[in-house]
Amino acid sequence: MRYLPKSPAERSEMLAAIGVESIEELFSSIPEKFRLREALNLPGPLSEAEIIEYFKQRAKESAAGYASFLGAGVYNHLRSVVTDTIIQRGEFLTSYTPYQAEISQGTLQAIFEFQTLMCQLTGQEVANASMWDGSTATTEAVLMAERITRRRRVLVARSVHPEYREVLATYARNSGLTVEEVPFAADGTIDQVAIGTALGDDVAALVVQSPNFFGAIESVGVLAELAHSRGALLVTAVAEGVSLGLVRPPAEADIVAMEGQSFGLAPSYGGPFVGVIATHEKFVRQMPGRLAGQANDWNGRRGFVLTLAAREQHIRREKATSNICTNQALCALAATVHLTLLGKEGLREMAQQNLSKAHFALTELEKIPGVRRAFESPFFNEFTIALPRPVESLNQQLLREKIIGPLALDAFYPELPDHALVCVTETTTRDQIEKFVSEVRMAVALAGDRR
Amino acid sequence: MTEKIRTASRHISRDEGLIFEKSSPGKRAFDLPPLDVPETDAAKALGGKYRAEGVTDFPEVSEIEVLRHFTRLSTWNYAIDLGMYPLGSCTMKYNPRVNELVARLEGIATEHPFQPQSLSQGCLKIMQMLERCLLEITGMDSITLQPAAGAQGELTGLLLIRAYLEQQGNARKKVLIPDSAHGTNPATAVIAGYEVENIKSDAQGQVDVDKLRELVTEDVAALMVTNPSTLGIFEQRIADIAEILHARGALLYMDGANMNALAGVARPGDFGVDVMHLNLHKTFSTPHGGGGPGAGPVAMKKFLAPFRPVPVLVEKSNGELALESDRPQSIGRLKAFCGNFGVLVRALAYILAYGPGVRQSTEDAVLNANYIRKHLEGAFTLPYALPSMHEVVFSDAQQKTKGVNTMDIAKRLIDYGFHPYTTAFPLIVPGALMIEPTESESKEECDLFIEAMRAIAEEAAQEPDLLQHAPHSTRIGRLDEVTAARKPRLRWVRGGSGAAS
Repeated sequence: MRYLPKSPAERSEMLAAIGVESIEELFSSIPEKFRLREALNLPGPLSEAEIIEYFKQRAKESAAGYASFLGAGVYNHLRSVVTDTIIQRGEFLTSYTPYQAEISQGTLQAIFEFQTLMCQLTGQEVANASMWDGSTATTEAVLMAERITRRRRVLVARSVHPEYREVLATYARNSGLTVEEVPFAADGTIDQVAIGTALGDDVAALVVQSPNFFGAIESVGVLAELAHSRGALLVTAVAEGVSLGLVRPPAEADIVAMEGQSFGLAPSYGGPFVGVIATHEKFVRQMPGRLAGQANDWNGRRGFVLTLAAREQHIRREKATSNICTNQALCALAATVHLTLLGKEGLREMAQQNLSKAHFALTELEKIPGVRRAFESPFFNEFTIALPRPVESLNQQLLREKIIGPLALDAFYPELPDHALVCVTETTTRDQIEKFVSEVRMAVALAGDRR
Repeated sequence: MTEKIRTASRHISRDEGLIFEKSSPGKRAFDLPPLDVPETDAAKALGGKYRAEGVTDFPEVSEIEVLRHFTRLSTWNYAIDLGMYPLGSCTMKYNPRVNELVARLEGIATEHPFQPQSLSQGCLKIMQMLERCLLEITGMDSITLQPAAGAQGELTGLLLIRAYLEQQGNARKKVLIPDSAHGTNPATAVIAGYEVENIKSDAQGQVDVDKLRELVTEDVAALMVTNPSTLGIFEQRIADIAEILHARGALLYMDGANMNALAGVARPGDFGVDVMHLNLHKTFSTPHGGGGPGAGPVAMKKFLAPFRPVPVLVEKSNGELALESDRPQSIGRLKAFCGNFGVLVRALAYILAYGPGVRQSTEDAVLNANYIRKHLEGAFTLPYALPSMHEVVFSDAQQKTKGVNTMDIAKRLIDYGFHPYTTAFPLIVPGALMIEPTESESKEECDLFIEAMRAIAEEAAQEPDLLQHAPHSTRIGRLDEVTAARKPRLRWVRGGSGAAS
């Protein structure tokens, strides 16, 4: 077997050195009746060429070659080959969590840079590295708010990503947290009147997403004031990080839970991505996850080290701030390299292209009779439209033209039938947008005729 | 130090500041294709939510500078690609590069989790094939690939247990955890809403079965056991343990962190385990990447299957695969979308490379650990004498008399060109040296490691000072962790300290 570096002779030599006759003897501590007598029924062994062929076949049964208008928490953005070149360096790819600082300075300094970039983007003072994704980061942010406030009620905007809310529900169920939903207003943002009614002195956190699931950008400053007026914290989830190149950062939020997929990570059918929690300095000891800090060695040289480990499970066990151990380090590195490549100008230009193309798409769609913008709030690269016909059947028609249409919202929001969430990024070409719009126009006209 | 022993030597290792310190306004490393639609006036479109000034202090550098920056940083890391990485309990094995290639194919890396399932059959087939392989390896009936990592797998397992017990009428209050367990076990039990009760290990380092019998009451939901334990020893009375729990209506959870000792040799499903997680980034070689990503699939017996987290992979009557989310008995969703899919791809590529030959890999892992044990016994104290499987745990008892502890030995090992073993864990061994070579090490590499460890044992006796100030060959020495924690500096700030209070 090509991955195993031993010859039969070496195996025999080693067995002899140990003082056993056969390899069987080394497994003698497993009760006889539990030792397998037969080989497992597994496919393989396959050569490298066969492995590649197997996955190439699977890759054919895919959406390759389709134009897509899906976002909803996973975004197609340009990536540089430099990012992949760096993260495939064995020194990064095949190293462990940097507990041994002297021989892990590469990973540690990169984490420190990641933390800095996340703070710059979010307007917060500290950021961890890392959480599993945006959904679990949001949940961990809520649990953190509970620890800080010692309160047990949580208000979550209905316009937060539905799957993020489901994850929160899974974790909250056994932790004594009560999670209540706050509806959205006519403009797609959280209903501030409803917040006023629901807020009380027992609320740990108000949780919003911005841009929210419908694409609408929330007024984080106003919401923070509202939450703070009753001693609650504002948790703001950010699912589309590129928005922060143009949209005011959620600096007034107490905790920001961000999904970093947009920073150089492939959609990869939903993962692996990278979650981040960013917050104020005063809350750092209640944060989950790993943190790298600057330190000096015995000679006064600058280095970096994992720090504040007294929060973590390997030290605190059942009293830890979280059970997270393995995180998404390599994805965090990819995000660090990607954002460094983009830089100040590149990020801004990418964000500007998203904004422009999404607004262009909406303008074109609004020209179709019967199609209207559902919510009037400012948006970034996603917006919600109302159609005169069911989205699912429209999407079936689009598929024939090799277009993956927008997300039908009724699966998550029964109150929004015939509503679709459209995403347009810098990777969507004008041709694709125009073709999509013309297909929608035809489909809507056809449906109108039938009615 | 004998001539024969290879020690680490320095090569070119450039100083490299923070990227922010190299930044100069106007430089860039990324160009976009020109905008092909009219530009939207951002100030107008976003109104009061417009970030007029851009991201303050964001880096401004060129492409060559980015490449060099991160390449230089990479040279300050140790890695499996450079040599043996004997971290006990971490299973640092070879990460085959073909796995990286297939995970990046167009049609795999490019797929969106909300795209039509008719266009996702390739991804779903990969998941189905991996599910089948992992079920065969574990001997279990049903599985979920959703958990993002081992700790989330543990949570999934406990939530499955809770859901099942609730259905039986009583979710119960406690989870029993041996004192040798990973820290994630107790931390997870608390999130699942359980109290933790620790069980002391017996004199052999095994679960104390008599004690267990006393502790398993109607309040106990489950025992979380790592098998082989963190001592690298198989729980020989695992069947009795399962029986004691089952007799009282409690379940047996197995932490599969050490599955590298069992794959192809024995199956948890055969020895009474009800539910377990696997760490694909350990046993199944997906790269640790400096701390993740991983994946923590959870395999279970049939009676727990209805409670699996959503989405659940199903095969429809027409043979088409689908992800189902409408499952009323489910414990719910653990993370958005469908698991760390890219990690699952790599794990399947790994399994396909071995097929039934995975047994040989397990045998080699156990062979290496025992070979090292044999040659280091005497030089280091072996606190528990039962047979080792894939890892061996020594203690620093002999070296302590000279004022040298496991951390000093570990740091000195760096000077010999190896990554340290796991220090000070498991907690039941004071001053533990936990060594897991994995199957990826040749006899030559094992021999070099043994020689290095024996030389260090000599040094500990003769020149303890050498160890206490190790490593001597790295670009920085031991860092002042106390000050780092007391006055944390967690980000770069222009002209400032970046201190967190």
